[in-house]
Amino acid sequence: MSEAVSLSGRASDTLWRRPRFLLALLLVPPVLWLGIVYLGSLFALLAQSFFSIDEFSGLINYELTLKTYKELFRPSNMDILLRTVAMASAVTVAAAIVAFPIAYYAARYAKGRWKAVFYLGVMLPLWSSYLVKVYSWKLILAKEGILNWLFETLHLSWLLQAYLSVPGIGGNSLSVSWTGTFLVFLYVWLPFMILPVQASLERVPATMLEASSDMGARPGQTFRYVLFPLALPGIVAGSIFTFSLTLGDYIIPQIVGTSARMIGQAVYQFQGTAGNIPLAAAFAVVPIVVMGVYLTISKRMGAFDAL
Amino acid sequence: MHSKAPLGLKVAAGAGLLFLHLPILLIFVYAFTTEDKSYQWPPPGLTLKWFAVTWNRSDVWEALTLSLKVASISTVIAMVLGTLCAAAVARSSFFGRETVSLLVILPIALPGIITGISLRSAFNLADIPFSFWTIVLGHATFCIVVVYNNAVARFRRTSGSLVEASLDLGATYFQTFRFIILPNIATALLAGGMLAFALSFDEVIVTTFTAGQQQTLPIWMLEELVRPRQRPVTNVVAMVVVLVTFLPILGAYYLTRGTDTVAGQSK
Amino acid sequence: METAVRFDAVSRIFGDVRAVDSVTLDVHEGEFFAMLGPSGSGKTTCLRLIAGFERPTSGDVNIFGQNSTNIPPYRRPVNTVFQDYALFPHLNVQDNVAYGLKISGVGKAERHRAADEILEMVALGGHSKRKPSELSGGQRQRVALARALVNKPRVLLLDEPLGALDLKLREQMQSELKALQRQLGVTFVFVTHDQGEALSMADRVAVFNDGKIQQLDAPQVLYYKPQTAFVADFVGSSNVLPPDMVARLTGRSVQASLRPEAISLSDTGLEGVVAEHSFLGANTRLKVDVSRTQISVLLPKGAQIPNDGDHVNLSWDAADLHVMAGDNE
Repeated sequence: MSEAVSLSGRASDTLWRRPRFLLALLLVPPVLWLGIVYLGSLFALLAQSFFSIDEFSGLINYELTLKTYKELFRPSNMDILLRTVAMASAVTVAAAIVAFPIAYYAARYAKGRWKAVFYLGVMLPLWSSYLVKVYSWKLILAKEGILNWLFETLHLSWLLQAYLSVPGIGGNSLSVSWTGTFLVFLYVWLPFMILPVQASLERVPATMLEASSDMGARPGQTFRYVLFPLALPGIVAGSIFTFSLTLGDYIIPQIVGTSARMIGQAVYQFQGTAGNIPLAAAFAVVPIVVMGVYLTISKRMGAFDAL
Repeated sequence: MHSKAPLGLKVAAGAGLLFLHLPILLIFVYAFTTEDKSYQWPPPGLTLKWFAVTWNRSDVWEALTLSLKVASISTVIAMVLGTLCAAAVARSSFFGRETVSLLVILPIALPGIITGISLRSAFNLADIPFSFWTIVLGHATFCIVVVYNNAVARFRRTSGSLVEASLDLGATYFQTFRFIILPNIATALLAGGMLAFALSFDEVIVTTFTAGQQQTLPIWMLEELVRPRQRPVTNVVAMVVVLVTFLPILGAYYLTRGTDTVAGQSK
Repeated sequence: METAVRFDAVSRIFGDVRAVDSVTLDVHEGEFFAMLGPSGSGKTTCLRLIAGFERPTSGDVNIFGQNSTNIPPYRRPVNTVFQDYALFPHLNVQDNVAYGLKISGVGKAERHRAADEILEMVALGGHSKRKPSELSGGQRQRVALARALVNKPRVLLLDEPLGALDLKLREQMQSELKALQRQLGVTFVFVTHDQGEALSMADRVAVFNDGKIQQLDAPQVLYYKPQTAFVADFVGSSNVLPPDMVARLTGRSVQASLRPEAISLSDTGLEGVVAEHSFLGANTRLKVDVSRTQISVLLPKGAQIPNDGDHVNLSWDAADLHVMAGDNE
């Protein structure tokens, strides 16, 4: 058995003798790739945020400074930050409310074929093209589009006009209003909320709900004291996505929405047309910090098990 | 005994599903409209001519070709790296294991714009000109996690003693990989690969930062969205994109059905 | 008789856990050798050291006189039957069994014939084309056995192979395994936590606790002459009398074991109070409190059964009181 030990046999022997070597062999390529390409780039970004831009020449001044961060706290920039966080929060809350019945029905009542229908019914929109989804809302919200047509056909246009005249959420038409932006965000990120909520509800045994009603709880009480706390890790897990994705998006508010910018747009414009890469980098650090805090809190709440 | 759902719940769940699907179906109608100047509803008439027009558009073909190329190469890279990483994390416990899984998930946990601008500033600092490979670099990075998630779930389900049994029966590590590990994780890998392909084929946020002047299909669409010039052609392209991405998703679903779930994986 | 497996002061340390703690043992060629112990006692790690899935932290594992420290599993003349069987789910029964032959380069027709032959031997003829998922637990167990034996190993390692089977099937497989071992003459190393299984099947048993061998002997010796309190209790559910009681009885201050069935009730002898009694069919078990020790007594059918709370006197043949030299705890 020993005379003709092949090359691969000998290599295999080495792997057995040095299990750490085998592990290293497996880990080195992906860790190198992610370490260099991804972490390296993140550090490059972070480094840029400590540079500043020369106001006269428009060139980057490669000296470490906190000047750029100070710029971040200008009222106009603070507006952008607060507006974005407010939008992300609104989208997250709405997504949780819309997602819950779908997730609950799929987890509790859907059986066999319907289970598959629900599963694919969430997976297909989740994975289908982001841009196409945004585009479809441009069609829906357009002045000559299906929504206005619907209101007209139902003779309810006055209602829509009344709603659009509300300052803050309204606008000239739905496609240039905050409501429009909000609807598109909600639509695009909703599946990211449904899946983890459903996963956490699947783990609630039906007997537990029966036990609750057995002890005299009304449906509302069962929801509040049993179902909701058990679903919470799933909701928090889903909110990681809805919050993070809204925080960094720059395409949706650009296509459907008002002229007031969100963080993503600011980053995009500062690094592009304005050429102010340090400020763009500083802006980009905000979502990283916000998400860092968010992830820490959700980890404490056990949301990672529901991912 | 709980076969009956409350009516309110049924309606809310059904309405939610409709909300998810109607907008996509709308695209299909618009692809056939005769109206070419606005988004008029209902369509004044239906026609097939825009399919022919789109077919003869060289810019659409070029963008499609670039997207397919990028998606193929990124998928291959992501499959290799994701599988290696999953094998390491699922099989053994080592110091820093948590860090490695965090590292894999980070590119999708942080907003895409962060990945995008990070890569761009790195390319800037390192003086790397934009090319096909700068796009692939970005795409492969965020595709790794999709393959990783699928592979890690399967590795965990595949009993660790299978590898030992194979070694015990005289197979070297390489033979074990070929005859035992590969056949057992093949469908999970294929599913991961398909999802990675769909993800890359559709990606726009990171790509805008790494493509320079090149146009992938999503970038072509983005320009049409920002400055609509060819509404009917955009409608047709949108419909084709939906159909093209549905295939790998359905494929991945059938490959992993009943074994492990693809839930919780995300962009 | 040649030595099949020899452990020479073998230790295996995981972090700060000494899973196997300086174990020395010999397994003779052709014997049925059992490793018995509670979970976490190191018996399975010893098996994995023989198979080559673990490497000793210190000491040497020799297989047929060859130092195995640097020999990977796939070059060892041993095969394993795994606790969860580890059948390859993507291969049918025949290809599972023929896997080892395929790896060693045996042609397709030849290895399929060999596989079918050995499947016939374990009473699974006609199941060749089934997938493992289509088999019952007992059938999977036989496939796992066939898959290991077809390679004609010089040592067969069995890791709790009967643990997942129900009682009746387990008893049937015990006698089949033993017959198979006699028939083939292959050395069996059998890991189990079930002392009945070890005692009924093995030629010799190594009793493990805390990574160490407590006693290595033939089943009868373990049963009647346990060397440590652990062996007395774990192997034979024997009474362990504390040194002060033994001192009163014999004058020597040592621990001693006393089998429950060796004790009878009489008019003189050790005094105690019956704490409880339970009817076991052929016998009745009494628990008798004697000062601070509870002594278990097995009375045969027909003996008079005292009531709980009765004062009784226990007596036995002096030869049945077995003084333990093994530990002085």
